[in-house]
Amino acid sequence: MSAVPIRSRLWRAFHQLGSPPYVYRLAGRLAPWLGTMSCVLLAVGAFWGLVLAPPDYLQGDSFRIIYIHVPSAYLSMGGYVLMAVAAAIGYIWRMKLAHGVAVCVAPLGAWFTALALITGGIWGKPTWGTYWEWGDARLMFELLLLFLFIGYMVLRMSFDERDKADRVSALLAVVGVVNVPIIHYSVEWWTTLHQGPTLIREGGPSITMDMLIPLLIMLAGFSLFFGWLLCKRLQGEILRRESRTRWVRNLAAEAAA
Amino acid sequence: MADIFICILKRDLRLAFRRWSELATPLIFFVIIASLFPLAASPDEAQLRSTGAAVLWMSALLSSLLALDGLFRADAEDGSMEQLILGPAPLGLVVLAKIVAHWSVSGVPLLVLAPVLALSFYLPLTALPGLVAALALATPTLSVLAAIGAALTVSLRAGGTIIGLLILPLTGPVLIFGTRATELAALGEPLAGPLYLLAALAVLSVSLGPVITAAAVRTALE
Repeated sequence: MSAVPIRSRLWRAFHQLGSPPYVYRLAGRLAPWLGTMSCVLLAVGAFWGLVLAPPDYLQGDSFRIIYIHVPSAYLSMGGYVLMAVAAAIGYIWRMKLAHGVAVCVAPLGAWFTALALITGGIWGKPTWGTYWEWGDARLMFELLLLFLFIGYMVLRMSFDERDKADRVSALLAVVGVVNVPIIHYSVEWWTTLHQGPTLIREGGPSITMDMLIPLLIMLAGFSLFFGWLLCKRLQGEILRRESRTRWVRNLAAEAAA
Repeated sequence: MADIFICILKRDLRLAFRRWSELATPLIFFVIIASLFPLAASPDEAQLRSTGAAVLWMSALLSSLLALDGLFRADAEDGSMEQLILGPAPLGLVVLAKIVAHWSVSGVPLLVLAPVLALSFYLPLTALPGLVAALALATPTLSVLAAIGAALTVSLRAGGTIIGLLILPLTGPVLIFGTRATELAALGEPLAGPLYLLAALAVLSVSLGPVITAAAVRTALE
């Protein structure tokens, strides 16, 4: 086992990821697995979190929205980073499929950002006494993240040529990435209403195992769900981008037959 | 290298002063927004004193966006931007010169106008140096952000309306530290903390912004 074959195998994998028919089939093969796994994990995590986990000593049952709120907030930021990285790869290596991934992530990320904001408001009412607090940095920057997703989509739509839309909007996605660390550290830099970090902090998670395990299951389930949606969207996006090529025509002919 | 920078700076400044109506519009816009605010909210002295700083910052933000809409458009339309792209000078340097030129005709007058408006909003006289220092550190960042927006939308016909949507979400940190510095200045407390952070943002944006702006201009016109 010398280093060269592994490297060449990696290169081959990288180049295959630039091939639309290959990625179309890959996404088609992955989607059912991701879909099934995410449904199972979400069902288990939801039952465990909503029924089996003990109520919080301070917040009672209202804390249980954590099982929706934290995964969506995590996916809103993770989604933005994924979008920006895909857009950067597309810009730097002129890889059109990477732009396709960024395009597919944007609406998903926007929806998860909206979900994080809405569930946060629902959670905030019983615990903080308010749906929304203008003075809280994390809330503000999460809202700005939603605007960044929307700005990315609007900028894309205002170009007629897809190629130019890809490359120009990629730059915006990359610039907006500065927002993500600000959201993550906002609760440490400005201690206002939103609670501090629970999972990723020095000294390990500050949450009891009974509550932590269903949260981790939900995080995994949400991530796989995101991946599932991404695969389906990516297939559609590839077909749209490649609609003039022979392999898509053959595919359509097969489907019609 | 420095020759090209100075050359473009001089050219843009000369062009700006020859079309002084375009130069004055954002500044008048700034004054109008700030003076309409007491009509919309309340002319009450205590309330103006507490919200005056915020009004100044919002007006500065909006007028800096307005000012930079046309930063690359005229040059892109008459083809001189393409010549600059093809030329030997690094495009980032060219873009930086254009940003500096535009900042000196849009940001610097703001530093003069803002204290006058601040006084009319009953901000104490002692708060003015802090306000000017904060604006002096914040306006370069705002100019760079607006330049990125202008470059991203340079090839669009309806570019002006989108710039705000793209760039305003990124101005959050500037606004937070800027208003914080102004509040501290009004209370007569030390304001070095937010000023340092504004300076850090300015260094970050002035060093990285032109590179991104240049990439955006090149992409939009290729």
